Amino acid sequence: MSEWEPKIVAFLCNWCSYGSADLAGVSRLQYPHNIRAIRVPCSGRVNPKFILAALRQGADGIWVSGCHPGDCHYIEGNLYARRKFTLLKNLLDYTGMEPERLHFSWISSAEATKFAETARGVVDAVKTLGPARHFIKREAEVA
Amino acid sequence: MSEVKDVSGEPGNFTVKVLEQPRYIDVSKCTGCGECANVCPVVRKNEYDMAMSQRKAAYRRYAQAVPGAFAIEKRGSSPCKVACPAHISVQGYVALAAEGKYHEALKLVKEENPLPSICGRVCHHPCESACKRGDVDQPVAIDSIKRFVADLDLHSETRYVPEIKGKHSEKVAVIGSGPAGLSCAYYLAIEGYQVTVFEKLPVLGGMLSVGIPAYRLPRDIIGAEIQVIQDMGVEFKTGVDIGRDITIAQLREQDYKAFFVAIGAHECKSLGIEGEDLDGVYPGVDFLRDVNLGKEVALGNRVAVVGGGNVAMDAVRTALRLGSQKPFILYRRSVEEMPANEEEIEECREEGIELFTLTNPVRIIGEGGRVKAVECVKMELGEPDASGRRRPRAVPGSEFTIEVDAVIPAIGQESDWACLTPECACQLSDWGTMQVDPLTLQSNDTDIFSGGDAVTGPKTVIEAIAAGKQAAISITRFLNGQDLLAGREQEWKAIEEVRTEGYDRIPREHMPRLAPEGRLKSFDEVQLGFSEEQVRKEAERCLSCGVCSECYQCVEACLAKAVIHEDQPKERDIQVGALVVAPGFQPFDPTSFDTYAYAKLPNVVTSMEFERLLSASGPTMGHLTRPSDHKEPKKIAWLQCVGSRDIHHCDHAYCSGVCCMYAIKEAVIAKEHAGGNLETTIFYMDMRTHGKDFEKFYNRAKDQHGVRFVRSRVHSIEPVAGADDLEISFVTEGGTIQQETFDMVVLSVGLEASKSALDLAQRLDLKLNDNQFCEHSSFEPVSSSRPGIFVCGAFPGPKDIPQSVMEASAAASAAGCLLAASRGTQVREKQTPPQINVTGERPRVGVLVCHCGINISGVVDVRAVRDFAKTLPFVEFVTDNLYTCSQDTQVALKDLIHEHRLNRIVVAACTPRTHEPLFQETMADAGLNKYLFEMANIRNQDAWVHSQDPAMATEKAKDLVRMAVAKVALLEPLQEAELSVNQKALVIGGGVTGMVAAKAIADQGYPVTLVEREPQLGGQALSLHKTWRGEEVQPYLQQLTEQVTTHSNITVCLSTSVTNVDGFVGNFKTTLQNGGEPWVVDHGIAVIATGGQQWRPDEYAYGKDPRIATHQELDRRFLEKDPTLKHVQSAVFIQCVGSREPHRPYCSRVCCTHSVESALELKRMNPESDIYVLYRDLRSYGERELLYLEARKAGVIFIRYDLAHKPQVEIRDGNLHVTVIDHVLQRPITLTPDLLTLATAILPNETAALGQFFKVPANEDGFFIEAHAKLRPVEFATDGVFLCGLAHYPKPLDESIAQAQAAASRASTILARETIQFSGNVASTDQLLCSACGTCVNICPYSAPGFNAKGKAEINPALCKGCGLCVASCRSGAIRLRGFDDAQIFAMLESL
Repeated sequence: MSEWEPKIVAFLCNWCSYGSADLAGVSRLQYPHNIRAIRVPCSGRVNPKFILAALRQGADGIWVSGCHPGDCHYIEGNLYARRKFTLLKNLLDYTGMEPERLHFSWISSAEATKFAETARGVVDAVKTLGPARHFIKREAEVA
Repeated sequence: MSEVKDVSGEPGNFTVKVLEQPRYIDVSKCTGCGECANVCPVVRKNEYDMAMSQRKAAYRRYAQAVPGAFAIEKRGSSPCKVACPAHISVQGYVALAAEGKYHEALKLVKEENPLPSICGRVCHHPCESACKRGDVDQPVAIDSIKRFVADLDLHSETRYVPEIKGKHSEKVAVIGSGPAGLSCAYYLAIEGYQVTVFEKLPVLGGMLSVGIPAYRLPRDIIGAEIQVIQDMGVEFKTGVDIGRDITIAQLREQDYKAFFVAIGAHECKSLGIEGEDLDGVYPGVDFLRDVNLGKEVALGNRVAVVGGGNVAMDAVRTALRLGSQKPFILYRRSVEEMPANEEEIEECREEGIELFTLTNPVRIIGEGGRVKAVECVKMELGEPDASGRRRPRAVPGSEFTIEVDAVIPAIGQESDWACLTPECACQLSDWGTMQVDPLTLQSNDTDIFSGGDAVTGPKTVIEAIAAGKQAAISITRFLNGQDLLAGREQEWKAIEEVRTEGYDRIPREHMPRLAPEGRLKSFDEVQLGFSEEQVRKEAERCLSCGVCSECYQCVEACLAKAVIHEDQPKERDIQVGALVVAPGFQPFDPTSFDTYAYAKLPNVVTSMEFERLLSASGPTMGHLTRPSDHKEPKKIAWLQCVGSRDIHHCDHAYCSGVCCMYAIKEAVIAKEHAGGNLETTIFYMDMRTHGKDFEKFYNRAKDQHGVRFVRSRVHSIEPVAGADDLEISFVTEGGTIQQETFDMVVLSVGLEASKSALDLAQRLDLKLNDNQFCEHSSFEPVSSSRPGIFVCGAFPGPKDIPQSVMEASAAASAAGCLLAASRGTQVREKQTPPQINVTGERPRVGVLVCHCGINISGVVDVRAVRDFAKTLPFVEFVTDNLYTCSQDTQVALKDLIHEHRLNRIVVAACTPRTHEPLFQETMADAGLNKYLFEMANIRNQDAWVHSQDPAMATEKAKDLVRMAVAKVALLEPLQEAELSVNQKALVIGGGVTGMVAAKAIADQGYPVTLVEREPQLGGQALSLHKTWRGEEVQPYLQQLTEQVTTHSNITVCLSTSVTNVDGFVGNFKTTLQNGGEPWVVDHGIAVIATGGQQWRPDEYAYGKDPRIATHQELDRRFLEKDPTLKHVQSAVFIQCVGSREPHRPYCSRVCCTHSVESALELKRMNPESDIYVLYRDLRSYGERELLYLEARKAGVIFIRYDLAHKPQVEIRDGNLHVTVIDHVLQRPITLTPDLLTLATAILPNETAALGQFFKVPANEDGFFIEAHAKLRPVEFATDGVFLCGLAHYPKPLDESIAQAQAAASRASTILARETIQFSGNVASTDQLLCSACGTCVNICPYSAPGFNAKGKAEINPALCKGCGLCVASCRSGAIRLRGFDDAQIFAMLESL
């Protein structure tokens, strides 16, 4: 069996974190390939259902990233995002999901290094845990 | 990269001369990939990182620069390139050699010189004479570098043979195989012509082979360089004497279409003296030729070689090697004038050859028909002749005789023109050289060209080579029937100003040579060539005079063909009505402060350098380390007022206004970076945190972050022995000297006018003040001394970002008022075709996958991604492009949309953040709704960041494309709502701020309703005496009031208040009332200028004695010319009354300056009076500092107190007693003034109701909160509502006026439009699902959702910003966000 590689869904806000991911490219910073970014206008746009859906579709980790507090393009969407995320994380923890699968960060569009470092951290954390099976319907059971 | 050179004309009609410097990169083609920088060999200090990192000559100023295109820094042609007759890119190949790119270096040399190994040995290298390194120490050994790269190629298994461009059947004859002929043949062969070289002698190479001795130029080297030319298909025929064996006429018959006559100058000139026909007189060139062709030549022991050129040196050294014991040189000038290479002269000397200079032979004396002696005369040097050398004169009576066995005259050569048989129409000059056009080298006979020594007389190898290439260009054009001259007149001008100071002296590498004793009797090569290490060392000595070395590596690397090395400066005239001048400032350079040793100690940095060290994109990627050893600092000190408030070290008496705040910010961020493991100390004189919320930040820095503040001016910084640490000495407030050691010291440098700004001011004829800032008044803060030219930012005075941004808008407003009449007259509207209706159609997706040159395809298998995309649902068409963003792809995309009836487009390329608008525009041009588009970011977020793992990068690209296709299929065409704008304004507040805003809007042509609560206009300004600049306020106020009340566009409503507001941007309906029936005004925007008021103190015995007044009350007394003020003997001012207190923790900003100004006024009335100012920090920011200085000079006494020991005021025995603890003596002192002025706080007027009406927030102090503290200081998050004056924060009159103008400017961006268009990416509610819980209404920061008549939430698309917060928060799932809908995001997730 080839070495298992996790799939991680990242919800990046358009103005800060997506920009830092672009800048990481411009600066040619290298980080693991496991991240699949979904661009959202604001981290406040991230509905907790997105995270659940991603886990159900087989994502092994989730990463939500927005602007620094006070820097939100939409004034305070990132703060709401943090609140929602914290609640969901608590809930998922309660269901038995390892909290290390869920990550939240503030990264400004100038912080390419932070983006690459965080990406490495997220991938490492999820790799340590192995594949996520909590929310995937097992075919045998369904059938 | 442009600069204004001149402005002429008048307001409303200026002509501006603009000089645009070349960028050398076409911005429209550059994709920002950075390949040019990758290959660029020229390393420069990166000025963006304050020279703490490096960049290339091809560079982008910083990663996020706009435009993202690169630029090439080129100062001009380097002196070496200009000096080289062939104009080889010398600096270029030196730079490439420095990087070890030897092959690239050789290719570059061969662009201009096909014989680099030869030239590397025998060139007279004028490049080295011109080399600016010579001004530092010695010139770079350029020639030896060239020799190294050429020899490396010579000895490599696969030699560099240039690519032949094409094949042409035309035959060209080159007559003569010397350097000129070889060069011509080489470049003609590249063009693909059939070239035959005819050589009279039995060997090839001309003078190279028969003139230059083998010990200088080994014969195998010549052979090897010619071999390449043979390999290119050039035919060589030796022993063919044109004119004798075959004529040009016969060659023409053989179909030769052009001739290059490069026969050289092989005939020796005679000395023209008696005895030249004697046996033993051997002309130099004949002698060398015979020896080189292997003839036995016997000279005898004593050989006189006459001449000082290379032929003479070659002859004398050859004679030595043939066995002559004592060959020597006779030369009529001195060594300095000798035309021979310096090395050759030096090597002569090494070999023991004597040089008799200033000696001229006058007669050769024979005996029996053979040379016996030569009679010479001593010479002296007179005036310079035509060649610039001093003309030698014989010294009368100085004749003497030297016995010799042979004489070799080597004083010059001429050509043998036997090749020019009568059918040739060429003409010769009086000098016996061929006459040709100097640029094209064409002779009078059109198919005959000539160059080299045959045209110039005996000259150098490199000149011959240059001529050969020029002839090849001419012949190519001649054979193609093109104009020979077009574009060839090029003036070569070297850059002159090259910095030569500040470099270490690094001696030039010595050429290893054969030991002199080994040279005699041998023709082995003397110069052995550099080692690779020597080459690198030499190449690194290059000063990169031209910056760009013109190595042209970038041209090759740029697949987008964006590099234009020929780019030229462009001058343009632009017609404008007004100018805004904002050239900014430069940070003060602290090098001159010798006690701070900034230039010597690496760990003393400026605050600007520290900013870069903290920056995530800075030289250390945001990892805080100190420069000397990259250690993480544990202790950092900030020294304030470096280059500010200082007339001893620099001429900057003013306060820079921003340094206190930025130092605190840097300290706090540094602490955050260091993770709690850092001590920070700020050494300051007065802590000036007078901006909005700055005082709170200062308090937090102190109390929460633990930043230490020490009130002291630091005397000196000394290095700590044995470490890189720094010891600073400072005087405490108590007067003791203390030392403390830090790891790093940051100098908080001030702002000063830059040289370029001063030059600009001079060109534009703008007056500057004593501090070199642009002159302006308090009442027209953005008007310069020249009407129609407006100024803003740090140019008219030091200031921070919010104030600069306000002034920028203010300047725009002032310009807008001036140009109101011509608004909209030059607008052209873009025409787009009607949209194709695709609603209800099955998705037909087109996927374009971009190679981005090699940026994507170098890692990702683009074709595999393309083929994969074809398999995805709904995909109708796929293609891949070299550059999807190129102009031709846009044209192609439009066609594709029509041809394949595509209704959705996915571009897999770079980032939507930069390129989405481009593709959307193309779609709109094709009639497709622009929202039916999605990008897959496979460059920035894939190829560029996974370059080590192509396979996984390709997999990721496929996933990203699959996600984009899944989303795009669900996208719907969106309409951009359009709303009409009511082009009228409402201004609330009739103080100076409101009046200025109203007038600025009205002057721009829009009707304004100005509402004032009080029965008269004027507000707080009614009680103001003078501005800090000394201008009287009342006359201005009267004039302004008059202008406002009589303005045809302004309706003034006095004693009126706002009772209700409905609507939103573009269409507000506001209810007003003034006692009677309320009425409604319609308006598109509103400006809130409700102002503030002074605090009435409840301390310091205020109100208990008429001698105690607030500062505004004192102003009134000044205004009313209160006669008692003249008799005040003693006055005390208490600062921070009600400000900077725990319950009101902000600084009221104006009070320090106001008190200083009043103190000075009292002093002026009665110079004998004693005046005391009791203060906490004296905050006379900016140029107000000069008032403070003046007050101290006038004898005003400033006593500092702190919050824990506030002054005590008592009324005893009819006297005022003010007791304060003196900060120096630490003892209480009591003052008994007859005037006590309290500098009371400024409070905002009541704002809660208005805040609710307009849905705009206020902070806990009651001041309104702007949309962004720095970047949007006069706007609210709610569209269409603007803010200015004291309602925003306490500020002096000039700043209020600027902010009012700024609000008017921002307002006019809406008022100027008849309609506003909104984005299609907005949220909307489903009325059936809405449970009317009100969550969306509560959380939207823009107040877009509201309850409709049915009690359900409805979102106003005009106010919605599309952030999606409400969508994610809706408990009923009733809200959809167009363009980022749940279904679309779920589809992306499902496709994973």
